[in-house]
Amino acid sequence: MAHSAKSSVSYVRTEMLPEQAPPVSESGLVKWVRENLFSGPLNTILTVLSLLAIYWVVSHVFQWFAYGIWTANSLSECREVRNALYADGRNVACWAVLSERWNQLLFGFYPAEAYWRPVVALIVFFIAVAPVMFNFGGRKLAIFSAVSPFICYWLLWGGSIWGPILTALGFVLAWLAYGQITRKFGALAGIVATILVPLIYWRFGVAPLTGLVDGILPIGIENIQSKDFGGFMLALIIGITGIVLSLPLGILLALGRQSDLFIINKFSVIFIEVIRGVPLIVWLFTASLLLNYFLPPGTNFDLMLRVIIMVTLFAAAYMAEVVRGGLAALPLGQYEGADSLGLDYWQSMRLIILPQALKISIPGIVNTFIGLFKDTTLVVFIGLLDPIGLSNAIRATTEWNGIYWELFIFIGLCFFVFCYAMSRYSQYLERKLATDRH
Amino acid sequence: MASIPDPSSEPFRLGQLIYDRRYRSMTIQVFAFIMIMAFLWQLGWNTVQNLSALGKDFNFGFLGSRAGYDINQRLIEYSNDSTHGRAAIIGILNTLLVAFLGCILATIIGVIAGVLRLSKNWIVARLMTVYVEGFRNVPLLLWILVIFAVMTEATPQPRDFREGGDASMMLFDSIAITNRGIFIPSPIWGEGSTLLVAVFVASLVAIWAFRRYARKKQEATGQILPVFWVSLTLFFVPSVIFYFILGGPVTLRLPELGGFNFTGGLQVRNSLIALWFALSLYTGAFIAEIVRSGILAVSRGQTEAAYALGLRPNRTMNLVILPQALRVIIPPLISQYLNLTKNSSLAIAVGYMDVRSTLGGITINQTGRELEGMLLLGVFYLVTSLIISGVMNLYNNAVKLKER
Repeated sequence: MAHSAKSSVSYVRTEMLPEQAPPVSESGLVKWVRENLFSGPLNTILTVLSLLAIYWVVSHVFQWFAYGIWTANSLSECREVRNALYADGRNVACWAVLSERWNQLLFGFYPAEAYWRPVVALIVFFIAVAPVMFNFGGRKLAIFSAVSPFICYWLLWGGSIWGPILTALGFVLAWLAYGQITRKFGALAGIVATILVPLIYWRFGVAPLTGLVDGILPIGIENIQSKDFGGFMLALIIGITGIVLSLPLGILLALGRQSDLFIINKFSVIFIEVIRGVPLIVWLFTASLLLNYFLPPGTNFDLMLRVIIMVTLFAAAYMAEVVRGGLAALPLGQYEGADSLGLDYWQSMRLIILPQALKISIPGIVNTFIGLFKDTTLVVFIGLLDPIGLSNAIRATTEWNGIYWELFIFIGLCFFVFCYAMSRYSQYLERKLATDRH
Repeated sequence: MASIPDPSSEPFRLGQLIYDRRYRSMTIQVFAFIMIMAFLWQLGWNTVQNLSALGKDFNFGFLGSRAGYDINQRLIEYSNDSTHGRAAIIGILNTLLVAFLGCILATIIGVIAGVLRLSKNWIVARLMTVYVEGFRNVPLLLWILVIFAVMTEATPQPRDFREGGDASMMLFDSIAITNRGIFIPSPIWGEGSTLLVAVFVASLVAIWAFRRYARKKQEATGQILPVFWVSLTLFFVPSVIFYFILGGPVTLRLPELGGFNFTGGLQVRNSLIALWFALSLYTGAFIAEIVRSGILAVSRGQTEAAYALGLRPNRTMNLVILPQALRVIIPPLISQYLNLTKNSSLAIAVGYMDVRSTLGGITINQTGRELEGMLLLGVFYLVTSLIISGVMNLYNNAVKLKER
């Protein structure tokens, strides 16, 4: 019997040995360090070099960073405070420039008593995009999203409240015209009316109506000119407007480039390639130098609006290429499946093709957004006061002449926070929309 | 019997242009064409009106007139008596110079950072992540300004190099880093230097021929020749031998401190250095991500199969992984090169005289020819982009997967 045989053999152990801890070199920190930092001669060299580099940076920068001076009115005052505090004459940062001028870096020359307006506008924007970004809020919030551009415009530029309201009314008119005229005169007349009615209304109706209503019931806040806009707020306005407008335009261009219609296809290709082939800075100079040549004689409009249009067109061309990649990556069967269901072109695009194509192109789309947001710094060259323009302006004053790093670090951090947040969000969205693994 | 009505037998009605799918696409196209043409015609008409209102005409004669401004950074002869056309060419060469240097350095940085980011070494991978995210998420313009500020504010002045100053030159007194630029030795081409250059070029040709021969031989017989060592020998030995036979035809002229600045040698201006480094580091971060994703795109089975065949790790990398990764890497790499070339127009931030600063900047300001100047500028960038993408597409076609 097995049992008796076991007990009769004296050299077989009958009870389990207590567990021993693994050798020091095979567990815990030591193992991790061995495997991750010193697994071979090359890795050891790399680790040592990296540690040296980190030590060098920290030893040079940390003291400068941490012992910085936060209260002073000028760079020379900063130095006096430093000499009084630290007898060894160490080099320290002068963060006082930020505590002194942070409002300019963030808001430009926007009146200080109106700082709440851009802040509220930003909050309104985030509430408005919540349904799209986080699937949150539902239908009621979607209506709020539709009117939020007008709210933001009114908050930022101010003036009479009736201007934005009556402009928004144009869209309601278009919707009414579409419903009524389609029912009475057919689809074609409906489409024509949907385009013409609001155009006529905006061209001839809005201005006199605004004057009229404003005369009866003047409600409004202080009007603020575009030239006072600046700093990080300007970058955000240009960036966000460009992002919101360039996505639909880019999708249309991508569809145009994929289209079978010869003329539409060729015009899309030419538009995309010409815009992409020339640097943004050249387009911005075109907007500031040449646009007056192309417009009817006597017209002149806001430089900021021109910049927004140029940035939007520029980003749209890049967006179109990204979306085209997504469209091309879809298997042909999806197109054929949509056709075989009897869907027409727009239905198949809206219901079958674009949801899948856009999902594939999320990383590219967000990269384009990030690029667009970073490119808003280029407006400094045509005279708008973005953060970099303001840092130059601050450095040009007698108080802060010669200050570089503190301003650069602040501006860089502001951009980093937004761009990094966008890229993290795109990764979250990719994970959320992934259908191929559970 | 159910009869199917023949659509062609029906008489054509005007409504079919909109409601019949066969004709509708035609209608849409004609409509779009008319609208676009009307828009373009409107633009052209406005331009003509505005030009005549300003009393200007449209011609490129200004390219032949005297420029009257100096350009401190130039590759070919230029003085302020030269024409605007020549100033534009100087600018074009400067743009191409910084784009070329930038593409090379960005590729080197990008490949190293991309490979190191995949390293098993935790600390190195983290450092590279910091580099990549830091550069990708902060505007290029800011990096250009930061590096320019480092070059001008954190480097010693030429007078610090005097006796008793606290700065000294590097590499046997041949390189001086100052706040006015980096001074490096300049070559003096003496008698017989043409022959030396010819020998050097010939040795390059020999390297190319040998590599071709080695590959043919390996494919035919499986024998692997020591390509690396032979190439290295061919690169150095003939030129060095001829250098001594000819009695040193090429000498270096070291920069020397004279007056208030260094004289002699070659001055590489801060504007060029700042632009070059910033463009390279910024684009390098993007290239690092491309390289990383390219290597990750090659499936792990390929590596395992190569090991199973008995290939050593470096051969696995060279012969199995890289050729497949390159196919994924090349197309986005091309667009990064294009971006770098276009981003070089940010030279305006540091005063580097690229084509936008000469043709699109000073020339426009002096002659008032915005329309012509911007048009030429746009055409230059467009043509450059098309040429780069064309050449790179040829290369891409050469390396891409050959399918049936």
